[in-house]
Amino acid sequence: MLNQYETTFILTPVLSDDDTKQTVNAYVDLLKAQGAEVIRQDHWGLKNLVYPINKKTTGIYHHIEFKAPAKAIATLEIAYRRDENVFRYLTVKLDKYAIAYNESRKESKGSKGRKVSSPKKSND
Amino acid sequence: MSKASDQIKYLTATKLGSTKKKYCRFKKNNIRYIDYKDPDFLLTFVNEQGKILPRRLTGNSLKYQRKIAQAVKRARHLSLMPFVTDLLK
Repeated sequence: MLNQYETTFILTPVLSDDDTKQTVNAYVDLLKAQGAEVIRQDHWGLKNLVYPINKKTTGIYHHIEFKAPAKAIATLEIAYRRDENVFRYLTVKLDKYAIAYNESRKESKGSKGRKVSSPKKSND
Repeated sequence: MSKASDQIKYLTATKLGSTKKKYCRFKKNNIRYIDYKDPDFLLTFVNEQGKILPRRLTGNSLKYQRKIAQAVKRARHLSLMPFVTDLLK
């Protein structure tokens, strides 16, 4: 049974642009290998951390919302721990209210003027 | 008649400033999910030092106060909100 999760992770800011794309795609492919289905991705990009983590004051945030079997989460988190570029991550299981909230947020974001064409899998 | 009531001296001091009835904004506006990803909304439930405000001040019901606390702690973990700071607002 596929549960719905959302995961957010922070990458070190020293990564170049295509490195970040590479690591992000690596995680998306890892999820797909576990039989997950990515619903939405948000790349928040470089943001200032509110408090320094590992002596860094900025980080590249990436957010993925996906449906996955429960076993996929353990492998995902192990991959996070192994990767030294990711220095903070948070995976959360979504209940039905959270799903409804994200759906409503998606429409509001999509309807902001630009026409939401086919749900292009933006993996930038 | 109202003149007489002015001279009535109450034994106990009447509470100055009417305490408005507190209500749980989540029940009233039927909000069901508190997103930990937008810190601006969560800042309203945190005092200047970044500590979570108690229910008696925010007027939240227990169920939503717990959801708020969990959301704030998650936001702190993702460094969207500070653990401790001064003059946050």
